[in-house]
Amino acid sequence: MQKDISKAAAPGIKAEIDLRRRPRRGEQIIQSTLWLCGLLSVLITVGIVVVLFFDALAFFGLDEVTLAEFFTGTAWQPKILQFGLFPLFNATVLTSAIGLLVAVPLGLMIAIYLSEYASPRARNLLKPTMEILAGVPTVVFGYFALNFITPILQGVFGRDVVEIFNVASAGIVIGILIIPTISSMSEDALSATPRALREGAYALGATRLETAVRVVLPAAISGIAAAVIVGMARAVGETMVVAIAAGAGPRNFSAWGDALSGLSFLNPFKAAETMTGHMVRISGGDLSYDSIDYNSIFAIGMMLFLMTMMLNLISRWIVRRFREEY
Amino acid sequence: MNNASNGKYAAEAHDLNIYYGSFQAARDINLLIERQKITALIGPSGCGKSTVLRAFNRMNDLIPSARTTGDVHFHGKNIYDRDVDAVEVRRRVGMVFQKPNPFPKSIYENIAWGARVNGFKGNVDDLVEESLRGAALWDEVKDKLRQSGYSLSGGQQQRLCIARAIAIKPDIILMDEPCSALDPIATLRIEELMKALTRQYTIIIVTHNMQQAARVSDYTAFFTVKDDRTGYLEEFGATKEMFTSPQSQVTEDYITGRFG
Amino acid sequence: MAGDMRSNDGFPQGESYAGFVRKRRRVGTFFRTLFLLATVLGVVILAVLVLDVANDAFGYVAIQNQVAPESLAEDLEELPQEELLAILTANISAGRLRALNAQALVAERSQEEVLALVVSEVVRPKIVESWSLAESIFERARIEAELATIPNAVLEFKAWLNWDFITAPQSSDPTSAGIRTAILGSIWVTLIAFLVATPLGVGAATYLEEYSKGGKLDGLIETNINNLAGVPSIIYGMLGLAVFVRFFGQITSGVVFGAADPSTANGRTILAAGMTLGLLILPLVIINAREAIRATPRAFREASYGLGATKWQTTWHHVLPNALPGILTGVILSVSRAFGETAPLIVVGVSTFIVVDPAGPFSKFTTLPVQIFQWTARPQEEFQRLAAAAILALLFLLLTLNATAIYLRNRFARRY
Repeated sequence: MQKDISKAAAPGIKAEIDLRRRPRRGEQIIQSTLWLCGLLSVLITVGIVVVLFFDALAFFGLDEVTLAEFFTGTAWQPKILQFGLFPLFNATVLTSAIGLLVAVPLGLMIAIYLSEYASPRARNLLKPTMEILAGVPTVVFGYFALNFITPILQGVFGRDVVEIFNVASAGIVIGILIIPTISSMSEDALSATPRALREGAYALGATRLETAVRVVLPAAISGIAAAVIVGMARAVGETMVVAIAAGAGPRNFSAWGDALSGLSFLNPFKAAETMTGHMVRISGGDLSYDSIDYNSIFAIGMMLFLMTMMLNLISRWIVRRFREEY
Repeated sequence: MNNASNGKYAAEAHDLNIYYGSFQAARDINLLIERQKITALIGPSGCGKSTVLRAFNRMNDLIPSARTTGDVHFHGKNIYDRDVDAVEVRRRVGMVFQKPNPFPKSIYENIAWGARVNGFKGNVDDLVEESLRGAALWDEVKDKLRQSGYSLSGGQQQRLCIARAIAIKPDIILMDEPCSALDPIATLRIEELMKALTRQYTIIIVTHNMQQAARVSDYTAFFTVKDDRTGYLEEFGATKEMFTSPQSQVTEDYITGRFG
Repeated sequence: MAGDMRSNDGFPQGESYAGFVRKRRRVGTFFRTLFLLATVLGVVILAVLVLDVANDAFGYVAIQNQVAPESLAEDLEELPQEELLAILTANISAGRLRALNAQALVAERSQEEVLALVVSEVVRPKIVESWSLAESIFERARIEAELATIPNAVLEFKAWLNWDFITAPQSSDPTSAGIRTAILGSIWVTLIAFLVATPLGVGAATYLEEYSKGGKLDGLIETNINNLAGVPSIIYGMLGLAVFVRFFGQITSGVVFGAADPSTANGRTILAAGMTLGLLILPLVIINAREAIRATPRAFREASYGLGATKWQTTWHHVLPNALPGILTGVILSVSRAFGETAPLIVVGVSTFIVVDPAGPFSKFTTLPVQIFQWTARPQEEFQRLAAAAILALLFLLLTLNATAIYLRNRFARRY
């Protein structure tokens, strides 16, 4: 018996086994290709930065444009070569602020309901609804703002008060648009707080509301803050709703005193074109390269990019800096 | 608590059956919890001892599929009666969990929170000090009350949770394997603390550590399971007697280490 | 609870404690209701959105004929081809007739075709007033009254979303405008975005999940992808405009391939737009694919390595097939995002008015969302109705895409 086994094993033993590392060309090529795919995302960012800065620089290099006017001017009127960013920036801030006023309370309440109250079955029904809302194209929301919200506002406050294009209607709809962003990110943050924390609160005789609002919510606050900031970034960058419903021209002011008198720059019922709205309107026609219009939208685009980038970085920083310690 | 209710028992469980969906976790449990004593619930894992413990302050209510039948008498009332509010029960029956779970708040706030939620009107500073002293933690933390509860060591965190529980002046404190996440020295301190707490409180403790049950408890309830995975109470009595002359063969096998 | 409680411990006792708990319970119920209402509001908004659009897309219209058909013949539809031809030639200008003949000889067209020509060229029905569905149902009397003030008008119930609308090309006349060219444009652009984003995205995700060793550069790639997902879509439009349309204009216009006339061609084509949207959805594809790859159990990989497989063999034969349903779902969701995008396409420069079907990647194009935007931007009510009808079509197409994703997710739900 033993002899048989040794004979059978003999051929295997004879062959030399080489365990040394050897290059695998194919594997290396594949790895490099995949790495390049990843690197492409960095190239996109570099591309965005280069493109925006290149054409923005061309804009600021023009004799008609000065940096000082860009940042302090109160009128954006390319036809008469006035390039003050304030009217566009102001409209962007206004619509975003109105949007956040709508979306933050609603989004938070929805998040608390889904994470702390809803039965699994209700959650399975409601969460997809939120996802559908998030998947509706923004141009549809623009139509909704113009043809549904604006008439309602006009009905409530009067046609002489509310213009057809107005900041309020666009802002409200931007709010609706970012509710899913805020609610789903906040819900993730709330759900990530451990069960033990909730049990600790219940065991002290806390009600469900007390547990949710005074223990779970503070524990998830960094995730919620991040959600709000991401929502803010989306509101600032939102384009179609404002292009359709907010206004088809900048709300210009002859001087700062004009803008501040009666706080007219804050009036939500008048039209005002936002940064993104202006970019869309200018691009809509046949834009010829190297015209002042062409370059100006890159300058606006650069500002927009810097604003949203900053908001996204802040949100990321908050999450890292205030990581929950449980 | 001396004249709260005249019997010698702080709580009584009668014919307690607990289900998770269609699965029965505990069957026909009868337990009499004596005042100002420590009652230990022991048994192999999966025998339902934690489930039974959580029945004493209706923590099982928080699990959607859980269902309880039978009575738990507390202050002359069945806590599972329809007109009893679980919030009130938990206010009177405190709980300490397996892993320390302080809130992500300061040490001070960890203790003050439960009291505030329950409408405490007295001096909160005094309450915090009194509770921390009661949990033998005051000397270690008195200079850093504003620091996060998470800055403490595991053993200190668990004592903070005990302080949090006694700050709302419960009658009974439930402890669910309170030392399982702690090192031996921290465990010893908690055990000493438990003994001291019996001057004022009734304690029910779940432990998987038989030595611990023998060291600290006055009464021991031994739970076990049969093939249907449902837990039941095998033997219940004074700890000394159970560890020296157990009535049932299963108990003897378990405490001598032949099983489980 | 009954019984004489400890007193003087600072906590409310007996009845006052019970009342205190009842009060807290009431506050709890109030907020619970509030939270529920907020959630329901989310659902209601979605429903209102769809109903509002549907309300605008159906309803009565008042049609006014420029020339009354009765003045031409007793019953136009019964006339033979020759007589219709005579009416047509008698009522339109010689130049128009030449133009029609240039398309196809009018005399050789069938009776139906000539009839259609007589209607569109001579009778020229025009929608002069339109009403929403709600008005049509509940305010019939007011509509009749308004109709009476319009001379020669007939009331007709019109579904703005109908088969003709879907199959007709774009037109400046709201009566005959359709969305065929827009739908085809959308499909082309989305297809190219899909072809660009899928291999690159899955490749990058595979690298980050399976190969990345967490070095500095890998970390940079990772943060960068997350940041890219937060860049507003209009910024991608600017990137596309500067790079694909302008810098690579010779390629995207098809001039270098001899596919377009160099004197008129520019880079504002399906190819440039599709590549722009491809970059736009790339971060989404990567993030979704990473999640799917990460969900593959460690044990699968270990089993494969245990048999002496290389990293790529393990990835290709075990990890990717297992993650495929998840990847596919993510890709479809990203593609549906591309399908609904508007802003970057406007910046890249879609053509505003396209009546011929796009023929390939180098064609000028328009897309469904852009078409909706252009109609919405026009003040006339009829164009708002066209926009509403187009929105319904868009939502239906997106719903189909998403339903496919959900079906795939459930069909291939993990079995381990």
